[in-house]
Amino acid sequence: MSDLVDARGLSCPQPVLLTLDKMKDLGQGELTVLVDTDTSKENVIRAAGSLGWQVKSVDAAGMGYTLTLEKS
Amino acid sequence: MSGIRKFFASRAGIISVGAFIGVCAALLQKWGNPGNMGICVACFERDIAGAMGLHRAAVVQYLRPEILGFVLGALLAALAFKEFRPRAGSAPIVRFVLGMAAMIGALVFLGCPWRAVLRLAGGDGNAIFGLLGLAAGIWVGTLFFKGGYNLGRSPSTYTSVGLLMPLIILGLLALRLIFPQIPDQPQSGILFYSVKGPGSQHAALAVSLVVGLAVGVLAQRSRFCTMGAIRDLILFRQGHLFFGMLALLGFAFLTNLAVGQFKPGFVGQPVAHTQELWNFLGMVVAGLAFALAGGCPGRQLFMAGEGDGDAAVFVLGMIAGAAVSHNFGLASSPAGVGPHGMAAVIICLAALLFIGFTMRQKSA
Repeated sequence: MSDLVDARGLSCPQPVLLTLDKMKDLGQGELTVLVDTDTSKENVIRAAGSLGWQVKSVDAAGMGYTLTLEKS
Repeated sequence: MSGIRKFFASRAGIISVGAFIGVCAALLQKWGNPGNMGICVACFERDIAGAMGLHRAAVVQYLRPEILGFVLGALLAALAFKEFRPRAGSAPIVRFVLGMAAMIGALVFLGCPWRAVLRLAGGDGNAIFGLLGLAAGIWVGTLFFKGGYNLGRSPSTYTSVGLLMPLIILGLLALRLIFPQIPDQPQSGILFYSVKGPGSQHAALAVSLVVGLAVGVLAQRSRFCTMGAIRDLILFRQGHLFFGMLALLGFAFLTNLAVGQFKPGFVGQPVAHTQELWNFLGMVVAGLAFALAGGCPGRQLFMAGEGDGDAAVFVLGMIAGAAVSHNFGLASSPAGVGPHGMAAVIICLAALLFIGFTMRQKSA
């Protein structure tokens, strides 16, 4: 079970802020991020890349997306 | 579709959109819009408030089609790319107040962030103080974010809720068509039209509307945001959106040079005053309000088009703020800051700090 950030319904820059905070806590491993807009999806993926995290999968879930990010 | 998606999420995409807006804004001035005001979200919403008679400043009354185009263009793009997400209910009263404060601050400076950049691109040195103020206000906003400031989640809702703002905009467009401008008349049916001043200067309806629609579509795709540009740079050291803002500046400047609109200086600039401190502080207020609300005034219009009812409330707050600004003598003019503009800046700053310090419920 990977760690989870639920950023659904949050406006900019909260989804990125929460994701980056969690990534700094974890250092590496797997992280699941829930977002509900395409803007948040793009922003989280872009920010994750800047810390060296890779996108493992992007799944459309209901009205949003489940992003699985990883860093080894 | 996925190729288009990828392009607009890329650096080349955001730069293209900034460049497009810069060129169009400079050309709109050539085609009739006021000096260094090819596109100004704050000024144009203020003009719309005037057109509806919400304030009676006779020189700034015109139902600006660009603003209508922004919302409708964003709606069309959101529908085409299946990104229309009806959502509402995240601290609406706070967003309304943030919109009011943002407009009051912007009208002390005389421009939104877009116009601050356009003023600089036209050679108006006073814009430097406005842009510094904008950055300072956004920087204060990032401190609140780091401290846990959060407006709360915006739940998804009925499609009709997300459509309300675009429908209001369609209603305004209908009014504009039913009551067209009558030459040299201050009124046409229920709409007010400036016969002199900035409100009387505008490109043709179709030109303004088409440019507005195109900008709405492109900005929705690229998430163009001038507040986010500075915020992301400060908060995340990330320059993605900032490249878009730089492109706007660069291409508006080049277009101005090409058509002979670049006039460097501080005194006698179009729709501007030279009180540096208040140019700076007005934009501190606006920048902080945009930061706390999560988007520059343009971005709020595009989000309203995507179905975001909270962004729509911010827009309505800005329109109410414009009415208050002119009715209470808060707005500046080329002669300088309005009689109560300085007091308004201080009160708005206090209101924004109150919101920033007290809304700290951690959502994680």
